Amino acid sequence: MAYRYDYEVITQWIAPGEKVLDLGCGDGSLLKHLAEVRQVQGYGVENDPDKLLACTRNGVNVIQMDMEKGLAGIEDGFFDHVIMSLSLQAMHNTQGILVEMLRVAREAVVSFPNFGYWRHRQSILNGRMPVSESLPHQWFNTPNVRFFTISDFDALCEMNGIAVRERLAFDEGKLILDEPNFLASVAVYRLGRGA
Amino acid sequence: MIQPQSVGVVVPQRAHFAEPLALRSGGTLPEYELVYETYGELNADHSNAVLVCHALSGSHHVAGHYADAPNNSGWWDNLVGPGKPLDTRRFFVIGVNNLGGCHGSTGPISTNPATGQPWGADFPFVTVEDWVAAQARLADRLGIERFAAVVGGSLGGMQALSWSLQYPDRVANAVVIASAPKLTAQNIAFNEVARQAILSDPEFHGGHYYAHGVVPTRGLKLARMVGHITYLSDDAMGDKFGRSLRHGKAIYSYDVEFEIESYLRYQGDKFAGFFDANTYLLATKALDYFDPAFEHGGNLPAALARATADFLVVSFSTDWRFSPARSREIVYALLHNQRNVSYAEIESDAGHDSFLLDEAQYHALLTAYFDRIKV
Repeated sequence: MAYRYDYEVITQWIAPGEKVLDLGCGDGSLLKHLAEVRQVQGYGVENDPDKLLACTRNGVNVIQMDMEKGLAGIEDGFFDHVIMSLSLQAMHNTQGILVEMLRVAREAVVSFPNFGYWRHRQSILNGRMPVSESLPHQWFNTPNVRFFTISDFDALCEMNGIAVRERLAFDEGKLILDEPNFLASVAVYRLGRGA
Repeated sequence: MIQPQSVGVVVPQRAHFAEPLALRSGGTLPEYELVYETYGELNADHSNAVLVCHALSGSHHVAGHYADAPNNSGWWDNLVGPGKPLDTRRFFVIGVNNLGGCHGSTGPISTNPATGQPWGADFPFVTVEDWVAAQARLADRLGIERFAAVVGGSLGGMQALSWSLQYPDRVANAVVIASAPKLTAQNIAFNEVARQAILSDPEFHGGHYYAHGVVPTRGLKLARMVGHITYLSDDAMGDKFGRSLRHGKAIYSYDVEFEIESYLRYQGDKFAGFFDANTYLLATKALDYFDPAFEHGGNLPAALARATADFLVVSFSTDWRFSPARSREIVYALLHNQRNVSYAEIESDAGHDSFLLDEAQYHALLTAYFDRIKV
């Protein structure tokens, strides 16, 4: 859970007092942080009882919901930002949730581990599934169900008419400007509804 | 951490209110009494009070036991006590029997001052809002300006929700469990079957059975049997009773054959032995009438705009009488108003009755929520 430098980027994209929805909010630490530094009115979404409990202990609003079934019940455009931090790769309904995110919020913030990171590629070349800081699980116990690269995600956004308003890529916390699909382990996107 | 303990021996108390209470039905109760129990100590600035609202068949006896009845534990004894989720070392917890009840508060079995006879069927209709208004007067009497939390399950959850709307400044947290913002047609239908069972019992005597020295136990028993079916899940009933036959095979009789028949009859008889039929009628009507959105054209978000409390809403996966979907209506209406709200849907196979059980995940969540309430 220490792997959370994407929080800093996300925080910069959130204006004070916004309404924020955090999908797959874990123990609620990002929302807690955003409440402290941005005074957001935040809500988390989780479906894991232990994480609901952790959010409650952290004093973070959390709503139990199965995100795979969409965000029915949340009004169109209700939130300023909807965040999905390092959870998209653990969802089956990738396209559905992106549509839902941009339905309920003006902008979506999505971060994910880049499967195309050079160390991951090297691992595959050596014949083993990658295990790294950004992909910390073994193949047999990973919660991840989608394995995709920055280039894959760019293509998906284009195909679905999703506007990429900003993209930052990192290698273990360092900003990567050149060749992010090769050199970055994690990407953070700011997305909007396309024209 | 300590081992959860009982609050021990408790003594019910009684408060008399001489000021008339105007009821939503248009009637007035000229005076009334409320019977209640308290657990724990009210702190110096009176900020640690928690009101527990009871459901259809509950009472003020929430926790502990009476000195002369050590086995008659309160109905939410697993929740309230030292080291329990609603920890009486921190909180001053109050249970109160609602108006129209049959456990000591003014109700149909009380004497109507106008006639000198029991109220019986003449007891005015009481609503969730009336109950809350009466509870608020008890809070005044006890010196409680603002509750740290108002908590309830089922019909009790409706009271917690109503508190947040009627007295928004007096509720810091509302904990609404296995409840609904209004009953569905199906839910009202079950209540109507229960009522007809009572109303059509020859010993009901138009609600004045006390004068005839009889009790409509058959109707009340039937009412409870129907209710009980709806409080359990199909799976739980199947697991517990299945098609088990008392005699191992069919004996072609209307006596008890299937174990589920035995269970329902037992539950019905037990209930009919202590509960008042008029109270049952009144409480089911209170359930049916509750609909805070009605005055807002059915717009629940508009109705809940008044609420300022923080909310915890809890439902149970197999509860079909007060289904998770009903709880989610409350959650989304609160979300619309940007209220602080958390929602959990607890996996449980026990149906509506789950809210009374001490399922680990459920109690852990309540513990976590109550622990962060500042007093």
